[in-house]
Amino acid sequence: MFLDNPLSMMTFIPLIAAAILGVFLRGSGDAVDRNAKYVALVATALTFLVSLFILAGFDPQDTGFQFVEEGEWILGLTYKMGVDGISVLFVMLTTFLMPITILACWDVKDRVKEYMIAFLVLETLMLGVFCALDLVLFYLFFEGGLIPMFLIIGIWGGKDRIYAAFKFFLYTFFGSVLMLVAMVAMYVDSGTTDITALLNHNFGSETMDIWGFQIIGGLQTLLWLAFFASFAVKMPMWPVHTWLPDAHVQAPTAGSVVLAAILLKLGGYGFLRFNLPMFPVASDLLADFVLWLSAIAIVYTSLVALMQEDMKKLIAYSSVAHMGYVTAGIFAANQQGVDGAIFQMISHGFISGALFLCVGVIYDRMHTREIDAYGGLVNRMPAYAAVFMLFTMANVGLPGTSGFVGEFLTLMGMFQANTWVAAVAATGVILSAAYALWLYRRVVMGDLIKESLKSITDMTARERSIFAPLIVMTILLGVYPSLITDVIGPSVANMLSGYETAVAEFNATSQVADAGGN
Amino acid sequence: MSADLNIILPEIFLSVFAMLGLLFGAYGGKDRLASVFVWATSAVLVAVAAWIGFQGAGTGSAFGGMFVDDGFARFAKVTILLSAAAILLMSENYMARRDLLRFEYPMLIALACVGMMVMVSAGDLIALYMGLELQSLSLYVVAALRRDSVKSTEAGLKYFVLGALSSGLLLYGASLVYGYTGSTLFADVIAAAKGEASVGLLFGLAFIAAGLAFKVSAAPFHMWTPDVYEGSPTPVTAFFATAPKVAAMGLFARVVHDAFGGIVGDWQQILAVLSVASMFLGAIAAIGQTNIKRLMAYSSIAHMGYALMGLAAGTAQGVESMLLYMAIYVTMNVGTFAFILSMEKDGQPVVEINALSLYSKREPLMALAMLLLLFSLAGVPPLVGFFAKYSVLLAAVDAGMAWLAILGVVASVIGAFYYLRIVYLMYFGAEESELDQGGSGILWGFLVASAAAMVFGVVNLFGVEGAAAAAAATLVN
Repeated sequence: MFLDNPLSMMTFIPLIAAAILGVFLRGSGDAVDRNAKYVALVATALTFLVSLFILAGFDPQDTGFQFVEEGEWILGLTYKMGVDGISVLFVMLTTFLMPITILACWDVKDRVKEYMIAFLVLETLMLGVFCALDLVLFYLFFEGGLIPMFLIIGIWGGKDRIYAAFKFFLYTFFGSVLMLVAMVAMYVDSGTTDITALLNHNFGSETMDIWGFQIIGGLQTLLWLAFFASFAVKMPMWPVHTWLPDAHVQAPTAGSVVLAAILLKLGGYGFLRFNLPMFPVASDLLADFVLWLSAIAIVYTSLVALMQEDMKKLIAYSSVAHMGYVTAGIFAANQQGVDGAIFQMISHGFISGALFLCVGVIYDRMHTREIDAYGGLVNRMPAYAAVFMLFTMANVGLPGTSGFVGEFLTLMGMFQANTWVAAVAATGVILSAAYALWLYRRVVMGDLIKESLKSITDMTARERSIFAPLIVMTILLGVYPSLITDVIGPSVANMLSGYETAVAEFNATSQVADAGGN
Repeated sequence: MSADLNIILPEIFLSVFAMLGLLFGAYGGKDRLASVFVWATSAVLVAVAAWIGFQGAGTGSAFGGMFVDDGFARFAKVTILLSAAAILLMSENYMARRDLLRFEYPMLIALACVGMMVMVSAGDLIALYMGLELQSLSLYVVAALRRDSVKSTEAGLKYFVLGALSSGLLLYGASLVYGYTGSTLFADVIAAAKGEASVGLLFGLAFIAAGLAFKVSAAPFHMWTPDVYEGSPTPVTAFFATAPKVAAMGLFARVVHDAFGGIVGDWQQILAVLSVASMFLGAIAAIGQTNIKRLMAYSSIAHMGYALMGLAAGTAQGVESMLLYMAIYVTMNVGTFAFILSMEKDGQPVVEINALSLYSKREPLMALAMLLLLFSLAGVPPLVGFFAKYSVLLAAVDAGMAWLAILGVVASVIGAFYYLRIVYLMYFGAEESELDQGGSGILWGFLVASAAAMVFGVVNLFGVEGAAAAAAATLVN
């Protein structure tokens, strides 16, 4: 039964491993800790293997959902899983990064078994989000991820971890519950929670009148806003991004990696799966609003990043800026923009993950993230300096790295949709070079004058092996981007054609209505 | 006549058992046999639950419609009896060690159960009142079970005075209904109140609703709840939080649908207001609590708000979601109170939540079970508590009350805060907890079973959904 359902198999392997750890691994001590780590590593590697088979069997030309599984569930819901061109690469990103994450927390000492269980459960939930084809199933996985992440930040985090954990949980929980009401409303309106059916359902876009307010786009606008509230917090978009720097700074290294590389992408994925194709009219009406929010986010958070004294906080703000390109690309709603947004998310997954790992490497040695505490690391850590250099450049968007492709494509999409937004957003490219290179100079370059750094050692073999796959992917995608665009292209094109038809219809009818009114 | 008696046979059986037990206890072994009584009563409650549960479908009524036996009543009765049996089992050890285990205790619980069974089966205002009073009088006594404690007697007295007041309100409402419809029988009331109701009848409805809101402890009629929860011995608190709540919600549903089903629009507003007030009061007032029993009191107020949201929908789906909500709520509370009962330091009960600091290091498995229950109480997916909330939201939106659903989810975010606070203490706390380790096997079993139900229930909700749907269909048609 399992072999016929590769998606379920892949999704639940980590959960089963977590259950095995929880039930069978008793006691404490080094041996138990080591076993826990190996079980987690094997489970995540196995998940990656299964996902490779899924990728191999995936046909990019088929724009529908593939590997679909369907079964009865409770309360009139269905258990339905499947992937299409948009989601399959997010699945790959998740399965690819999880073994690296597990390796990255190899040196954790406190409650290792629980730590591994939390990450394994988290992986199941994240994969579930990308594969779910039922609204409530999606919500289940989407929200469920809060529990392990709350614990990861709260138990293994830094000094102010409790404040950060609460802020993280309540912020994102509040964003999502409105989405839950919208989902319920969608079910009442369409009579189904099946995402494939909902993609073909036309939600009403007639102007509604609520308490004297004229709501243009009607039901679609209301639903769009509810979903937007949830995904914008998750993304996070300016001005609801403030939970992210706190969460990042306090989270342990592996937690930051998962947060930046995968969890942030849930928001972007949500926009692509729900907002754009299901509520095209509302998306069209509100596109400029999102584009400007994104432009502000790019410039504002880049400026904020410039002044940070904490390395993790700086990278966190840079993540918000990069997510600005993603939202702008998505709501530019053209092939380049959406392709670029997906590309940017995947590439940001590798780059930001690697940058947090870079911070982790020196944090493990010096136990501080203050930029001022470092300087001249190149003298004692040449390999580290080279790796950090590469990912700094990728973060800036240097041609030849994957960061460039994403930024270029999204800017191109933005330019077609709204020239002014593209012009403002392009300044972000310069600003990102400013803060990233300045960070690099302060930490790595110069003479090694600080007493405490005199005995710092370069990366160990384990650390090098963690970075190797990330380096390969960053450069490979930078020089050969069609690896990604070939997979996502047909599905995106299909989604956009549906989008344009719906928008054109709406515009035609509203023009008729206007003409009739005159 | 014998047909009538056949229908109420389970109630008769349970009453006779309770009275025989009292006689036996009074003339025989006194409190020495109390433990045996507790086990015997639990067994009888479970047996009666099984008897009712496997009775099969069909609707019957006795005594000219005063007593109704339908799917709805059976669902509520099974939930009531099973939760009462669970709480009894959990309390045995606790009560015995504190010298509170008197033979009257299990018998009073059994009599309260009879009262609750009559409540959910009531087809007449008089039957309703009779069931309600039988339940309430038994509960007043158990609240004050610890006679030498000021708080416990205070709790009993407060409960009695406010309970009597609410009964008075309810009776006044019932008299108005009788005056304006000429009958106390629900079947006659619903025939008289079709489409439009006279002002007098509406007053009667409002008074009855207020009286019932007291019993379910919905805001703004909740004032007694925190004090009574705090003062009563913990097993009694656990009982208050479970079975009587189901009975009162069941009775509420019975009255609004069976008697006032023709004027849905009129009581919908009352219920919606009660629901919003309870959800927000429960969520906000619990934030400042440090006593876990008071905290659970506010938590139960908030949960009643959600159950009322389902009922406010005024549809069969609404009743179904309410029943499902109550069944899940009771399961969660049994587990949570099993945990609270096991909170002891040097053999003395502890109720301050600060004592849980870093409890996860001391008792990893119990802390994990409690963590799951707390997230489930907060309604965070993928735990079963989420589906309870989802189903009431669905009912509310389907009935065109999207605003109620939105307020409900906002309240749930506020409410999540205090559940998280306990998680935070257990897992991220500063100093090591000094609570006793171990605890009784029964408590441990109920805690773990309840937490496991919250996780594995996601697969199919153990079939409760289908039963609830069938039950709701018999009430609303």
